[in-house]
Amino acid sequence: MKKPDFIKAFSFSRTVYAVTIMFLFMPLLVLVLYSFNESRSGSWTGFSLRWYVKLFTDSSDLWRAFGNSAIVALSSALVATVIGTLGAVGVNWYRFRLRGYLRTITFLPMILPEIIIGVSLLVFFSGLGIRLGLFTVFVAHVSFNLPFVFLLVLARLEEFDFSIIEASRDLGATELQTLWRVILPLTMPGIMSGFLTAVTLSLEDFVITFFVTGPGATTLPLYVYSAIRFGVSPVINALSVVMILGTVVLAWSMRRFLKNIAAK
Amino acid sequence: MIGSNVHIGNVSKTFGDFVALDDVSIQIQKGEFFSLLGPSGCGKTTLLRIIAGFEEPASGAVLLDDRDVLPLLPNQRSVNTVFQNYALFPHLSVFENVAFPLRLHKQKEPLIRARVSDYLQLVELQDHANKKPSQLSGGQKQRVAIARALINEPSVLLLDEPLSALDAKLRQHMLIELDSIHDKIGITFIYVTHDQQEALSVSDRIAVMNKGMVLQIGTPQEIYEAPATDFVAKFIGETNLFEGIVRKIDGELLELETAEFGTICLTDSTPPAIGTRVSWTVRPEKLRISHDSAANGRSGLNTLQGRVDEPIYSGFQTKFYIKTAGGATMKVIKQHADWSDEGPEIAWKDEVYLSFSAKDVFLVERKQ
Repeated sequence: MKKPDFIKAFSFSRTVYAVTIMFLFMPLLVLVLYSFNESRSGSWTGFSLRWYVKLFTDSSDLWRAFGNSAIVALSSALVATVIGTLGAVGVNWYRFRLRGYLRTITFLPMILPEIIIGVSLLVFFSGLGIRLGLFTVFVAHVSFNLPFVFLLVLARLEEFDFSIIEASRDLGATELQTLWRVILPLTMPGIMSGFLTAVTLSLEDFVITFFVTGPGATTLPLYVYSAIRFGVSPVINALSVVMILGTVVLAWSMRRFLKNIAAK
Repeated sequence: MIGSNVHIGNVSKTFGDFVALDDVSIQIQKGEFFSLLGPSGCGKTTLLRIIAGFEEPASGAVLLDDRDVLPLLPNQRSVNTVFQNYALFPHLSVFENVAFPLRLHKQKEPLIRARVSDYLQLVELQDHANKKPSQLSGGQKQRVAIARALINEPSVLLLDEPLSALDAKLRQHMLIELDSIHDKIGITFIYVTHDQQEALSVSDRIAVMNKGMVLQIGTPQEIYEAPATDFVAKFIGETNLFEGIVRKIDGELLELETAEFGTICLTDSTPPAIGTRVSWTVRPEKLRISHDSAANGRSGLNTLQGRVDEPIYSGFQTKFYIKTAGGATMKVIKQHADWSDEGPEIAWKDEVYLSFSAKDVFLVERKQ
């Protein structure tokens, strides 16, 4: 049946969708716009690239913070991916007592408030007498990244029939060969998305990092926070735009990579 | 027994309180097509998994070619399995699935190509080498699984209900194919199934299992014609199962007193003592049904009188449920062989005579 014209003209769901998208992206749009603003203040005075120039030539503190963030994000994501993947494989593969509890406990950091994790890590580090710095930030990030990797890899593993692992052993593969030739190739999409999630979470974490950081270990979110206490510098806007671009490129290439894996 | 290909000696296995295997002993000869037959939960798959190395028995011995394999891991045993759900590697092509065992041993590429194509030819899949498992039909997946399991040239091939996921027609076809592969390769097949037709049609010998115990081991004919227990009689094909008390023994000829039919005679080479309560069975197709009692009074022939309660026609045969004078129901199957033996057609509510030879009556052990 043909719908009457007035329904076509005004579709409720389409409108809600449009409003939601606008609500989500307006702030980003404003941010992008203001990164090209000539003036430092809130009013538009003209197009300029000066904040980009400043970002790339005269912001050594910012880049140091960015460097710290990158080091922590990549290394903690890598370590969390290795441990999380092996943990997920172990929980999926072996049948042992407390297996269910181990699963549940691993997810706990995902639902605990960050501030509690931050405080407890701080207490833990100072109790052990470990000096706060980039290393403690790294350890903290590994610990909160782990459950995400674990979850994503485990979800992927559980899509497969366990008998393919038995088939691999049956056909002569050792445990290590089974891991390398069957489990890892099959779970690669889960491992990759776990790694990317970990990088993202680590890059943007503020609360936990705030507790466990020390002198010389300022990450980007901490730097931005301290910077805006003295008024928002449009350099931050410019940086944000650069990061948005980076994220989009990364997400897009990741999508293509996963698609290729799936198609193979 | 020394010299057998697979020796399973007094194997037991429990899962918590559940007894999966209860003192199971089986000897399988080299090259046999041996079936483990039983209802689900009878322990047949557990036994297969113990042979493959996926489960450890609580007690007992498993020898392959006279060698104790219990300390060996699954990958160290010269046994390969065809899994119920195929268990193909979804990320590998048909070719690479079959090549998987060879790649583990770092064999030379030309050798791998030659071997894989041999085995793909055996299962008639040479044209599908580059497909992914997801692009194959159920029957094709099954064949990949068989080729992959055979390429290592195992001493024994284990098949865990390999046809249960296929539809009835394809199952028949694959069964014939399995049989011909067995004939070509000549290695021992251990075939787990709950389908008695499958087991009867391809096996050299069958072990019928129930509740973790082996009830009878024998050729399909032995299992069908002379079931050892009431369970075997009921599980394999259709049967008539009744009780009686031994009244007279004359050599191998016995007379039973039954509540339903009066005196029944049968032959048994190892008769129980007079007065023993026994179960006896006769297959429905061994009974002759007719309107007149032609053979009455001959020794060694049982004759009963009854009325057709329900005839079930199914083309090549008719199954009759006959209500006998004593109130019991006897199943009779009449094959529609040829025109010469057709008298007037037997219809519903007809008064009929049933006759069957003493040789076709078997005593079975009462055991669940």
